[in-house]
Amino acid sequence: MYHSLEEITEVCREENLPFWKAVILEDCKEEGITEEESMERMQEIYTAMRDSDRNYDPDLYSASGLVGTDAQKLRVYHEGGESMVGDFCGRIMERALRVAESNACMKRIVAAPTAGSCGVMPAVLISLQEKYNFTDRKMVESLYVASGIGGVIAMRACLAGAEGGCQAEIGSASAMASGAAVYLLGGSPEAIIHGSAMALSSLLGLVCDPVAGLVEVPCVKRNVIGALNAVSSADLSLAGIRSRIPPDEVIDAMKSIGRSLPSDLKETGRGGLAATAEGQKIRDLLHGIR
Amino acid sequence: MNIFDITGPVMVGPSSSHTAGAVKIGNVCRKLTGEKITEADILLHGSFLATGRGHGTDKALVAGLMGFAVDDSRIPDSFRIAEEEGLKYRFGAIDLGEEAHPNSVRLNLTSKSGRKLEVQASSIGGGRIMINQIDGLEANFSGDLPTLIVHNLDQPGHVAEVTSMLEHKSVNIATMQLYRSGRGGHAVMVIECDQEIPRESLKWLEHLEGIEKVTYYSLQEL
Repeated sequence: MYHSLEEITEVCREENLPFWKAVILEDCKEEGITEEESMERMQEIYTAMRDSDRNYDPDLYSASGLVGTDAQKLRVYHEGGESMVGDFCGRIMERALRVAESNACMKRIVAAPTAGSCGVMPAVLISLQEKYNFTDRKMVESLYVASGIGGVIAMRACLAGAEGGCQAEIGSASAMASGAAVYLLGGSPEAIIHGSAMALSSLLGLVCDPVAGLVEVPCVKRNVIGALNAVSSADLSLAGIRSRIPPDEVIDAMKSIGRSLPSDLKETGRGGLAATAEGQKIRDLLHGIR
Repeated sequence: MNIFDITGPVMVGPSSSHTAGAVKIGNVCRKLTGEKITEADILLHGSFLATGRGHGTDKALVAGLMGFAVDDSRIPDSFRIAEEEGLKYRFGAIDLGEEAHPNSVRLNLTSKSGRKLEVQASSIGGGRIMINQIDGLEANFSGDLPTLIVHNLDQPGHVAEVTSMLEHKSVNIATMQLYRSGRGGHAVMVIECDQEIPRESLKWLEHLEGIEKVTYYSLQEL
């Protein structure tokens, strides 16, 4: 695992490698597996992501009844032609909800990087493949780009809401998806890490305040903003816009913000939305029926 | 950690700690008993107790006891499947104290041949787990490596017997822990190994004087 995004871009520069290749080579060396074995496994991951989108059940609610059926409502609304954001972003929003709702309903998903943020990457990646007809091979490469970025975040900061707040989950997922999107659209390694950095910057400070401690409210809907933020940040980067703060330092900022956050705002279900009157009412109701 | 811990694992939701971790705890228990589990008393502590039902922790534990993998789509149906497979389960609450991890559980298990096993375990984040106690004695191990747990009388020589056997079988020790109830009382050693230990060596160990119980956790399927 790399310790900095700069290190990855350096390897790319010095050895004239694409970003994904620098990531896979390092990982295969560490794990003692061949590139072929690794790619096969990553293809399975991508297939599982697509399945998690495809297998959405529009009638299903979670055990608590707090989430479910919203992706379907969004689809009906889009198909009615009323949506402001247009088809591509509309599809991304819907997919983010489909996968995140499926997770809450105990369906099979890919934690990317976590179960709570599992809707972000499939929403962005599958929608890009649909729009540009990328091959599966190219999509698998983009997953290495995303994983390389996520790996650096894990090494320098963290990926768990309990440790860093939601910025570590949805923020990281958004940074990973943004880098992957820049790669797919032909951006340089430098553009990739700046896309990620701008995505993460925009979600810094996001707290983890799940109502009743469940991965449902507000987690499911935050996947939508994570996904949209990933593509808008990727577009910024592809337009030549750069993060004024170096990408690795943005990750360091995420870590220090995570440390500063009180524990009430780190997956304990004691602060933020969880602590609102309605949030507490829901919690008491659910605990009553436990 | 590798890149498949970052993008992955493929799992049944909604939570890596409360769902995937709970499945893994069940998996380790099943392998520890070494045979089909027929009865399970499952006592939830802390956050497992408070939010377990909403996270499907209960279904995940039962699924794990039957050997389901973390990405098995049947996990939400595990209660029904347990009935078909003849696994009786009961859930309850327990307070394991301040020291225990918030995501902890104690399982009292009976397996096919009537053998009993008590396991206390916790899900420590990102789907990783820790087995904390076996039959009331300390035993901290992750379930990532083949693990030998030997209960013996606290007398000189038992550690040497076990480690020479491992040397003889070319098994390398990754970690080793020793605990005892008190001087000359009951002792336990927990040894995580880099290789699997042959079954006949475990049998040999069981028959040694002063060795009270040998439990082996293998990574191989039952």
